[in-house]
Formats: sequence, C-alpha cells, structure tokens
Amino acid sequence: MNAISFIPLLLALTLSPLLLGVINRTKAFFAGRHGQPLLQTYFDLWKLLQKGAVYSRTTTWLFRAGPMIGLAAALTATLLMPLGKCPASLAFPADFLLFAGLLGLMRFFTVVAALDTGSSFEGMGASREVFFSALTEPALFVALATLVRETGQLSLSTMFGQVSNAHWLHSGPALGLVVLALMIVLLAENSRIPVDDPNTHLELTMIHEVMVLDHGGPDLAFIFYSAALKLWLLSALVVGIVLPGTGDPRLNLLLAVGAVFGVAVIVGVIESVMARLRLMIVPQLLVGAGALAATAFLLALKLN
Amino acid sequence: MTWMLFALAFLALGAVVTLLINHHDPIVSWLGAGSVVVAAVLGSIPAVQVMAGSSLVERFRMPWPIPMGEFFIEIDPLTAWFLLPTLLLSALSAIYGVGYLRRWQGRRGLGPVWSFYCLLVLSMTLVLLARNGMLFLFAWEVMAVASFFLVTFEHESESVREAGWIYLVATHLGTAFLLAFFLLLARDTGSMDFTVWAAKGVQAQRLASILFLLAVIGFGTKAGFMPLHVWLPEAHPAAPSHVSALMSGVMIKTGIYGLLRTFTFLGAPPLWWGWGLIAIGLTSGVLGVLFALAQHDLKRLLAYHSVENIGIITLGLGAGLLGVSTGSPVLIVLGFGGGLLHVVNHALFKGLLFLGAGAVLHGAGTREIDHLGGLLKRMPWTAATFLIGAVAISGLPPLNGFVSEFLIFLGAFKGGISAGGAIAVPLFALIAGLALIGGLAAACFTKAFGIVFLGEPRSEHASHAHEADWTMRLPMLILAVGCILIGLFAPVVVGSLKTVLENITKLQPATVSGNLAATTSPLSFIVLGAALFLTLLAVLILLRRHLLARRRVEADITWGCGYAQPTARMQYTASSFAQPLTDLFGPLLGTKKKISPPHGLFPEEAALKTTTPDISHEQMYRPVFERINEWLSRLHWVQHGKVQLYVLYIAVTLIVLLVWKLR
Repeated sequence: MNAISFIPLLLALTLSPLLLGVINRTKAFFAGRHGQPLLQTYFDLWKLLQKGAVYSRTTTWLFRAGPMIGLAAALTATLLMPLGKCPASLAFPADFLLFAGLLGLMRFFTVVAALDTGSSFEGMGASREVFFSALTEPALFVALATLVRETGQLSLSTMFGQVSNAHWLHSGPALGLVVLALMIVLLAENSRIPVDDPNTHLELTMIHEVMVLDHGGPDLAFIFYSAALKLWLLSALVVGIVLPGTGDPRLNLLLAVGAVFGVAVIVGVIESVMARLRLMIVPQLLVGAGALAATAFLLALKLN
Repeated sequence: MTWMLFALAFLALGAVVTLLINHHDPIVSWLGAGSVVVAAVLGSIPAVQVMAGSSLVERFRMPWPIPMGEFFIEIDPLTAWFLLPTLLLSALSAIYGVGYLRRWQGRRGLGPVWSFYCLLVLSMTLVLLARNGMLFLFAWEVMAVASFFLVTFEHESESVREAGWIYLVATHLGTAFLLAFFLLLARDTGSMDFTVWAAKGVQAQRLASILFLLAVIGFGTKAGFMPLHVWLPEAHPAAPSHVSALMSGVMIKTGIYGLLRTFTFLGAPPLWWGWGLIAIGLTSGVLGVLFALAQHDLKRLLAYHSVENIGIITLGLGAGLLGVSTGSPVLIVLGFGGGLLHVVNHALFKGLLFLGAGAVLHGAGTREIDHLGGLLKRMPWTAATFLIGAVAISGLPPLNGFVSEFLIFLGAFKGGISAGGAIAVPLFALIAGLALIGGLAAACFTKAFGIVFLGEPRSEHASHAHEADWTMRLPMLILAVGCILIGLFAPVVVGSLKTVLENITKLQPATVSGNLAATTSPLSFIVLGAALFLTLLAVLILLRRHLLARRRVEADITWGCGYAQPTARMQYTASSFAQPLTDLFGPLLGTKKKISPPHGLFPEEAALKTTTPDISHEQMYRPVFERINEWLSRLHWVQHGKVQLYVLYIAVTLIVLLVWKLR
C-alpha cells in the first residue's frame, strides 16, 4: 500500500456524484434540453445534509441503520476497486469476492430497510431488487472467473494491470463478451434503463427509487452518495478491462478517469435511445448476461 | 479420553434419571439440560486438546459381546472438528429447551422428551467417536430412533405423526444402504475396524466405486442431498424448535462426517466422484434455496435452507475430491477446508435461526410467515439475533458464512486458473452455482426477516407477541456472537483446520500449512476490510447523530400515495415478495395456485392460495410408496392387533431359524 494506491479512492470519493450529472446532461443533449447543472448531485447532497428528518411510526432502528450500513459497505468496497492501471488501496487474492460481498451487504440492508416501512410500494421495489440481483450475481461471478482465467491473476488490481493490447488481440472475443456482460450487470445493479428507470415518478414502476421512498434528510444523502459510489465502482470495473495501458502512469490515470465518464456517457446514450423493458422481459436480459459471460468463459478455455 | 467417558456416562445417566422423575417439572428440565451441559463441557476438553495438537489421537477400546463388535472409540482431529459444534449446540439447545418446553409444564410429563434428548446427544457423540462398524451402526440407529421420538413430541397432531413416519422410513432406507456398505467393506477387508479399513484401503476400483455410491446414498439421506431430502422439510418443522436446531444444525452433519470418513477408506478417487459430488451439491443448493423461497412456514423454509447449505458443503467436498484425483493441493485444502468450516458455520447460524423461529412460534403462536410482522418491536432480542443469522447464512461479510464460502470460491478460482477442461468446467459450474445460491439466499432471508420482524403485524397473534425469557435468549445470543467472532477471527479459525486436513488428506503437513498460509493473507485483508467497515459505520452513526442533533425529527405515517385508510393487510407478504422468483423458476417448483379473482364493479371477496409441495416427494416417492402400500396391504391379515399372536410369530421365527442353523 503506497500513496499512489489512494488515488483511485480519492477520485471515487470526490468525482462519483459527477457521473450522475454527466448522465443527465447526455440525456438532456439527446432531448434537446439544456439540462440540470453538472454539479446538481453535489447540490442535492449538500441540501439533504442540512435537513431534519421525518420517520414513519412503523419503522424501527433498522430503517435508520440501513443507509449507514449501505454507505459504510460502499466506502469499504471503494477501497478495493483499482482505477485502470492504478492499483487499489487494498489488493489481495480474490478481493473481488469481498467487493461482491460488500455490494450484497449494501443491498441486503437497503431491502430490509424498505420492508421496515410496511409499505406495499417499498415491498414491491424490494421484491424486484432481490429478484434481479439474484440473476445478476451469477453473471458477475462468471465474468470474473473468465477474467481470472484470461489474466492468470486473482486480484482486481493485478488483473487490470495485466490486461494489454496483446490480450485483446489474442482473446478479444472473450474479453468483449465479458465487457458486454458486465455492462448489463452495471445497468441492472445501478437501476438504470433498460432495467429500471430512475426518472419515473410512478411508484408502481420503480425499483431502487421506490425502496428509498420514505427516507429523507441525511439518510437520503447517504443513500444517494452510496448509489453514486456504486455506479463509479462498477464503471471502473468495466474500464479496467477495456483500457490497455500506455507507458506513462499519469496518462493512464487520466485515460481511466476519462473512460469512467465515457461509461457514464454510454449509460446516458442508452437511456436516451431506448425505453425501459417490461418487467417480464428483464430476467431474460439478465440471464442473457449470464449466458454471455458463460460463453466468454468457454472461449477462454479454448483459446488458452 | 477419561473426560469423554465421563461425558458419555453423564448423558446416559441423564437419559435414565429424567425418565424416572417424569412429572416433576421443572426439576426434570433442569436435570436433563444440566446433564447435557456438563457432558458438553467434559467432552469438549479432549476434543480441544486433540484440535490443539497436544495429543494427536485419544483412544479407548473395550470388548463388546456382539459378533464383530468392539467398543472402540477414538478422537482424532476430524472427529474433534465435528464434535465441538455438536456439543456446543447440544448444550445451548438444551438450555433453550428448558424455557421452550415450559409451555407443556403440568400438561404432560417431560421425562421422555428430555430422556430422548440426552440419548440423541449421546448417540451423535458416539457416531462421531465410533471406530468399529457395528458400534457405528448401533449408534446411528439409536440416533435415528431417539430423534424420531423427539420429532413426534406433539403426536396429538396428525401432521406431526405423518412427518414422523416419513422420517422413520427415510432414515431406515438410508441405513439399509449403510448396512450394505459396511458389510461389503467388512467382507473385503475381513474386519470391522475403521483403523484397519483406513490402513488397507479398498484396492479394487470397481468395489470402491460401488462403496462410494452406497455411502453417498446412505449418508446422503441423513445429510439431506436432493432428492433424498424428503424427510427434512417434514421432520424439522414438526419437531420442538430446540430439537429442530439440533437436528438441522448438527445431526444432519453426521452424514457429511460419514462421507468424509468414507473417503479415508476408499483409496484414490476417480475423477467422476468429484464431478458427482459437485452435481449433487449444485442440485441440492439451488433447488434447496428455491423451495425455501416458495415456503410460507418459517421452520419449513429453514429446513429447505439446510438442504441448500448441505449443498454448499458438498460443493466444497466435491472440489476437494477433484483435487485429490488430480493431485492439486490447492483444491484439496480449500475445497475440504471450506466444506469443513461451513459445517461449523452452518451449525452456528442454522441453530440460531431455528431457535429464533422457535422464539417466534413461542411468542406469537404461529409459524405462518404471512400472519406475522412487526415483531422487531415486540421481540427485540430475537429479532437482532435472527438478523445476524440471516446475514450470516446469506454469505455476506463480515460474518462467518462469508468466510467459508470465500474459501470454496477461492479454491475454485485458484484451482481453475490454469487447469484443463475436465477440472475447469466443473469448477466453473461451481462458481456460477454458488453465486446463484448466494443471490437467492439473500432474497430468501430478506423475505424471512423482513416479513416476520418488520412492518406492521399482519394478525392478532403477531400484535400480541412477547419476547422469550432468558433461557431462550441466552443461547441465541451466544450463537450470534459465535457467528461474528468466526467472521472477525477468520485467519485463526482457518488455521486450526490444519490438523484436520492433515488427518483426512494424507498430504504432507508442509503442503497443508503452506496452502493454508496462502489463504491467511487474503483472510487477514478481509478481516481488515471488516474492521474498516465497522469503523466507518461507527463514524457514520456519530455523523448522523451530530447532523440531526439540533434539527426537527418528526414521526408520521408511511407514505402511501396519499391513501387515507391503509391497513396492515395491504403490506407485501412473503408470497408476494417471492412471487417473481417462484414464477421464473415455476417449472422446477411446481407451485399450485388457487385463485378466486375479484368480480364486478364492487368486488367483495377474492382469494389466492399457493402451495409448493416437494416435487420429489410428489413425483418420485408418493407413486412408488402407494404402489408398495397397495401390494403390502394383502398382508394385512397378519396384522390384527393381538399381541399374544405377535409373540407367537417371534417364537416361531426363532424356532425356524434355530432349526435352520442346526440343520
């Protein structure tokens, strides 16, 4: 662990809310609007942190604990995610398992906090959240298994450090499928179109937004911030595979940050050009992601 | 070994004394529980010594006047590893039982239930200790019978009696395979001695494979491999909760112990054994958690989760066997190690969850998840400990379930990193399957915890629920602390697997400790991550308190889109929560729906009823057993209820046998 390895952490902590701004501006561009300020999420967070809170009488300590546990898990996960060629603060064999576990913990407590309100809307969101995440989990793990096999490395930092142009030339199809699968995982896990629509204002159709319907004030700020971090982390996961390194570490870092925002632009483009899928169709997309990852793994078996 | 003999004697004494003072409650409860606790403490001493390596094996032999039988018991590291959770959970469940059984005080004698409880603990201990085939089978049978009588404790209810019968039939079918297994082994080696079997090993490959299959079926019935698991979802809900905890937490693990012990007899395994176990593990794991999702009965849900967790353990064992076949120490150490650690972890969290379910049943009077809700406010201790168990069983950090699943995952990733297709493909299936199981388990436990303990009470029962007394709370608390401690001291716990792995794998001590040391470093990082997580959580709690300190914090109703007349019945239920998943996997589950939809402009009544009967029970066993029953009913005239004639049957049979022998 050296000073350099804190750079991905600091960048994630400071820049992640900006991702949402970039997505929104991209969508505004496609819609021909001017759009909200790029820094809107920072303003929102600041405003929410100034507020008091209103709690439902049905809720218990768990409802208050949920956002804090979620944010603590997201922050810990941030320590594990490298940025391009720049290693993470904590890197060890199979660190991605802890990463996935922490995201799981965050989800677990978001879901139980939602159920704590006793609202059927939040129950509905919670039900869909566990439904979709149960299907994305295999896709994520199989994609990671493919990466492990491709790079021969067990830690995210060394894996990303290993990926090079030669890799893409040698086994491009496998890596391409992995990236595609992870991109679907990213969209599903961050509740973006085509799985969930963060802009909808109808409780019946929301997933993530409806689960946090009763949260307010600092709690909601924690939730927004952990969601932004999660988006950053999964984007960094995709970027780490796509980005072959150059000789210059500073250039590498710049490229990686640019690529993370590139992912945000892609998310914005996807949200602009397509509608949300019907809920019945979403499982097919997610199982499809798993199938893509499995195909990638088989390709990796063959090519080695 | 002297301590262990004292422990066994205490258990036997407990079994007799409680029967004698049947009606003197609460003395009988305290005596029964007391003898189990004392025996557990005494028995743990030699087990800990063996684990610590201060004495490698402890032995005791005594002649036993039964053909080929000998009272030969031994504590080696493998036995000790299973013995410790068995004794711990037995003692804690016994303390819990004192409070749990108070409901029946004065209404019926509690002597038999305590006597059979002592007998069950005694027989489980003996199963783990036995080194003679006859003694093992004897203890195995006592274990089955004692647990049968415990399952049928509330025999007034017909469903309990039926559950008892299913259990009795299933366990004896399993034992039949074990009988064949032991006889074949004895014929091959000319001995009933485990040490002889382990030293000689089975040379003929064909015989070894037959023995492997017999062991998988025989021990798998006890462990609950799909589709041999049918008795689990019947017997566990029927039994008193502290007995469910014991049966699900440790008794089914004797099946896993049996399998591991078998591997030491059978020589080098061919590749397909590992594939087979991984296939069994995947089937049990995925189907177990899917059926759990579809359940409405809290204890039945937990019972299906035992099937799932046995699946996870079997995945570990399968990976380990693959490692043995291909000579990959990483797979051996991490596969077997992860499986073994999951045995202990599952004992802790499943024991905890069953005790929690018992407290819910005790406090709210129902196991129907859809009738519960809001119990966190009424039963804060039970809720908090149940939550810890739920997070642990979902395999989430920083608790113990994550550690054992991490070991199995790490083994699969490391073992598959450069292996050929024959190894990489099953390991790949393992990774995908374990990930799916993890996601589904989280779905199932957010449902179980969320619907039972959160929201508003869905029935009168739930709104009048009360917290359990200290005898029931204390064991749950200790188990919850155990789940946390194993999570936070993972490297130490995994390090202690060293002697066990040396014991069962025939690897060089240096190889074992080398491979274990290679896991200690990621595990220390995980502990560091857990510590950071907890620190961050503490900081956030302080931050939030500071932020809200001088601001308005109000209480209001839950947002309901402005609807003015919300009722608790409008909440999401367990059935609706799981519906998307159960619908997606509908073809595997065969859920039956009975819908009477609302009619007209002002609909009055509407109903939906879903049931998910066990598919292997319905499709496989029921038709077969109905046919057998039909056939056997022709012999009904023999069974007429006249005891004198039954004695005559016995006498005639004995005479016939005698004549045949003298011939």
